Amino acid sequence: MSVDTATVKKVASLARIAISDADAERLAPELNNILGWIEQLGEVDTSSVEPMTAVIPNKLRLREDVVTEGNQRDAVLQNAPQGEHGFFTVPKVVE
Amino acid sequence: MSEITDLGVAALRDGVRAGTFSAREVADAFIVKVSKAKALNAFIVETPEHALAAATAADEALAKGEALKPLAGVPIGMKDLFATKGVQTTAASHMLEGFKPVYESTVSQKLWDAGAGMLGKLNLDQFAMGSSNETSYFGNVISPWRRGGGDNAPLAPGGSSGGSSAAIAARLVPGATGTDTGGSIRQPAAFTGISGIKPTYGRCSRWGVVAFASSLDQAGPMARDVKDCAILLENMAGFDAKDSTSLNLPVPKWEELLSGDLKGKKIGIPKEYRLDGTPEEILALWDQGIAWVKDAGAEVVEVSLPHTKYALPTYYIIAPAEASSNLARYDGVRYGLRELADGQNLQDMYAATRAAGFGPEVQRRILIGTYVLSAGFYDAYFTQASKVRTLIAQDFENAFTVCDLLLTPTAPSAAFALGEKSADPLAMYLNDVFTVPASLAGLPAMSVPAGLDSAGLPLGLQIIGKPLDEQGVLGAGLAIEQRAGFTARPEQWW
Amino acid sequence: MHTRQAAQGIRIEEMIESTYRIQGETGEWEVVIGLEVHAQVTSNAKLFSGAATSFGAEPNSQVSLIDAAMPGMLPTPNLECIRQAVRTGMAIGAVINKWSRFDRKNYFYADLPQGYQISQLFHPLVGEGQIDISLDDKDPEANVKTIGIERIHVEQDAGKLMHDQHPTRSYVDLNRAGVALMEIVSKPDMRSPQEAGAYLSKLRAILRYVGSCDGNMDQGSMRADVNVSVRKPGAEFGTRTETKNVNSVRFVMQTVEIEARRQVEVIEAGGKIVQETRLFDPDKGETRSMRSKEDAHDYRYFPDPDLLPLELDDAFLEECRASLPELPDAKRRRYEQELGLSAYNAATLTADADTARWFEALLAEGARIQKKGENEVARASANWLLSDLYGALNRLNKDLDTSPVSPEQGAELLALAADGTLSGPLAKQVFEIMLETGDAAGKIVEERGLKQTSDTGAIEAVIAEILAKNPGQLEQYRGGKEALFGFFVGQTMKAMAGKANPAVVNELLKKALAG
Repeated sequence: MSVDTATVKKVASLARIAISDADAERLAPELNNILGWIEQLGEVDTSSVEPMTAVIPNKLRLREDVVTEGNQRDAVLQNAPQGEHGFFTVPKVVE
Repeated sequence: MSEITDLGVAALRDGVRAGTFSAREVADAFIVKVSKAKALNAFIVETPEHALAAATAADEALAKGEALKPLAGVPIGMKDLFATKGVQTTAASHMLEGFKPVYESTVSQKLWDAGAGMLGKLNLDQFAMGSSNETSYFGNVISPWRRGGGDNAPLAPGGSSGGSSAAIAARLVPGATGTDTGGSIRQPAAFTGISGIKPTYGRCSRWGVVAFASSLDQAGPMARDVKDCAILLENMAGFDAKDSTSLNLPVPKWEELLSGDLKGKKIGIPKEYRLDGTPEEILALWDQGIAWVKDAGAEVVEVSLPHTKYALPTYYIIAPAEASSNLARYDGVRYGLRELADGQNLQDMYAATRAAGFGPEVQRRILIGTYVLSAGFYDAYFTQASKVRTLIAQDFENAFTVCDLLLTPTAPSAAFALGEKSADPLAMYLNDVFTVPASLAGLPAMSVPAGLDSAGLPLGLQIIGKPLDEQGVLGAGLAIEQRAGFTARPEQWW
Repeated sequence: MHTRQAAQGIRIEEMIESTYRIQGETGEWEVVIGLEVHAQVTSNAKLFSGAATSFGAEPNSQVSLIDAAMPGMLPTPNLECIRQAVRTGMAIGAVINKWSRFDRKNYFYADLPQGYQISQLFHPLVGEGQIDISLDDKDPEANVKTIGIERIHVEQDAGKLMHDQHPTRSYVDLNRAGVALMEIVSKPDMRSPQEAGAYLSKLRAILRYVGSCDGNMDQGSMRADVNVSVRKPGAEFGTRTETKNVNSVRFVMQTVEIEARRQVEVIEAGGKIVQETRLFDPDKGETRSMRSKEDAHDYRYFPDPDLLPLELDDAFLEECRASLPELPDAKRRRYEQELGLSAYNAATLTADADTARWFEALLAEGARIQKKGENEVARASANWLLSDLYGALNRLNKDLDTSPVSPEQGAELLALAADGTLSGPLAKQVFEIMLETGDAAGKIVEERGLKQTSDTGAIEAVIAEILAKNPGQLEQYRGGKEALFGFFVGQTMKAMAGKANPAVVNELLKKALAG
């Protein structure tokens, strides 16, 4: 529980959320407060406990290998902020 | 004679069927109510044309002597977390402002297939993250309730399904959909004097519901009484192959089998829920509830849920972790907001878009979730939380070896004033202390109105059941409802 | 393609040793190589959605709402993709995990609509297995090395970005987004470019036999991330780099060679190898750092909460096992031991599933119409396929898939040669006509009168005529110059337009020349 402003900025960068220095200053104590409270979980002995996988017993179903969807380019692109020639477009990526 | 809008789901359905009033009259009455209630800010979008179309279909079917659908003539409100085809779906975020899905969520489709009409999309906490409906990009929902004694401070309708709770309490809709991740149906129901049930995880399909935390999210109905909840739930639940976590089970006849007779039932009172600092009024109401269920024939036993105090911290690891990943898709590429200044690259665009599109609480939770999953912290936080979650579920399993249902308060307080807790995230999180454990264990749980506090505000009691025992939960809810005689309603000021 | 496959076999033949060393200024360096191969699972629909997977469709025409990561969309897994991964695991003798899970790998990129890739980190579907590679094509059993497989997991492919269509924008096509991939992770067991090439070729052959991946590297169905490090022989592993998305056997071998040399140069110049992602540029013959992806290494894996654990039962595994075909090594040994083929022919015929399938169809039909055992017709069939047919296909720029002659037609031709109806030269002539017309051998023989004759009367008449026309040669022959026998055979065959049965001609000529 030692989240400093640098950590806040690093986490925000991982999460792709632009934050200002002032935001980071404000968020650091806030996150510390929450994380400090969360850390009481550490006192629970879980050495012989399995992590929960399915909250209600249920089996993963597998679907048949059948094409059921497609040829709906207009629908897929309908809400796109920017697109042309049937593509979504983004600022040019240099690889 | 009372107004049409004072009637609930069952009464409207039966009245249309009996020809007491037409579906069109019902729709018109509610549409007028909705249009006059802007001050509550319960709706993000109003859709009178949808409600009218459903009403017309019901009236035509009746005129032709055709069998009526289960919800024919009943208009409802739809929480704006459910994708509705061609109707803006925002999750109360700037990010999705203007987004019109080309698809319909399974739950809303089931309701339309059952003949229900939509009065509009209901406001909520942004991406369902909040307990007061103060995180909506489209403004706070104001509870129709006010404290007695001339205190006009606007109150929170609870959250995240605050538009739903406010609209039902204000008689703008007879029923509505809600979603519950850590208490988002039950807590707002308690705050506004209505009923609401979160069914067993997997009963209602999550397909087409904007995701918050996938392993916790569950849709459910909110209405003014238990029977109405049963009717709506029957028309929302059911297997959906498109949701891998959907339960492949038939939908029980909850309405038909509804009974408030609790003879032979054992009801557990979890001792860990008697938290220090819980207001006396709430403890007293809880005792009153115990007396009511005994009166209905139940045997009451004390039980222990030893890991209760860890439920909230567990929840505040798992839910933000899942959310941080679920909300990664909002990147300004395929739909929704895009923020892109001249000369910015792709990664700049992501960061700017997400900074502008997500409100502060959503950003806070994404940051917490990102942090607890990041390299070096995963085991200490996420794995540990997943293990404690197992222990919390085991607590319930153990308790259910000696009882059938659990009775607890729904929330540690009555509705608070807007702004009262919004400065302190942790204080806000603590509001979910009684609702979160059942969410972590995937159990069915409901809140029913049980009384008023000294300020005249509603208080709710929560019933938690074994997996799949919605029938038992509804039955105990009905027993309390029958004895509580809760008839209070907010005085119209809007 | 199959002829290209054969060409690859020849390249493997050039390998001489697996003790490959790079000569540096400070002495010899050993290369350590591990491959992570992404193989597209053969399926109609995507791993978690009902959109189609076919190659080359119109942009964004094979995109479901799930692939586009619309709000509220949920994944449901495709049975066939799981089945194919399990069968692949079984084919490399791997542990199949009856309990596995899907995890999310979180990062932001324009080709990744969900903002995470559904993959398997903590509990993969397939555990440890191995693949035997051969470093000697002439004698595949002589120089075998076992390469360990760490795991196979199932995951989603990303979409495709195009950078050349617009001056300031990249275009996003999501047709590939969500297509099922198997990631096949080897252990760092390879030590030379040749071993890496042989491993990739062998893996590709196994996938094509199993039918779990079409192996079309030029369409991106298979691509490799090449992990390379160098060390002084016997020393600890060095720091490795990962060169992404290398899409041919040749490029993988080049990548290893070039990257290993680069690393040796860096280290010997006093530098350090940075663990990083690199890109192979075949035009420039170099690898270079992909800095654009450098900041994204904290993937925040966690179990996908939209999906339950994947649990497989014994009946399913049994069904997978029962559906496995005979695999290349077993088939090669059977060809040698039971069919009596040479090691080289057996290896060549089994190197690719389609070749073996074609050969076996030829063999089965040949045995049926000749009423013989497969072992009795195998050698002639193999020789014809590998020399006559491959020669013709190469010339026509075709492969077995597009061969103008079917296995059934080939078998008929071989049967006509075997029963003496066609001589060797006649068989070649008929084959040429088959290639041109697509007609059956029997029909060609019938219509064009190309049947070999064993009519002693007719042959004797021709021989008498030839002896009469060539008194000088006859005299020399009878005078002891027996080499002239070939001359008389040639003259006779020519006069009979190649249709005389050579054995009969020989016998009758001997008699006539003896006077």
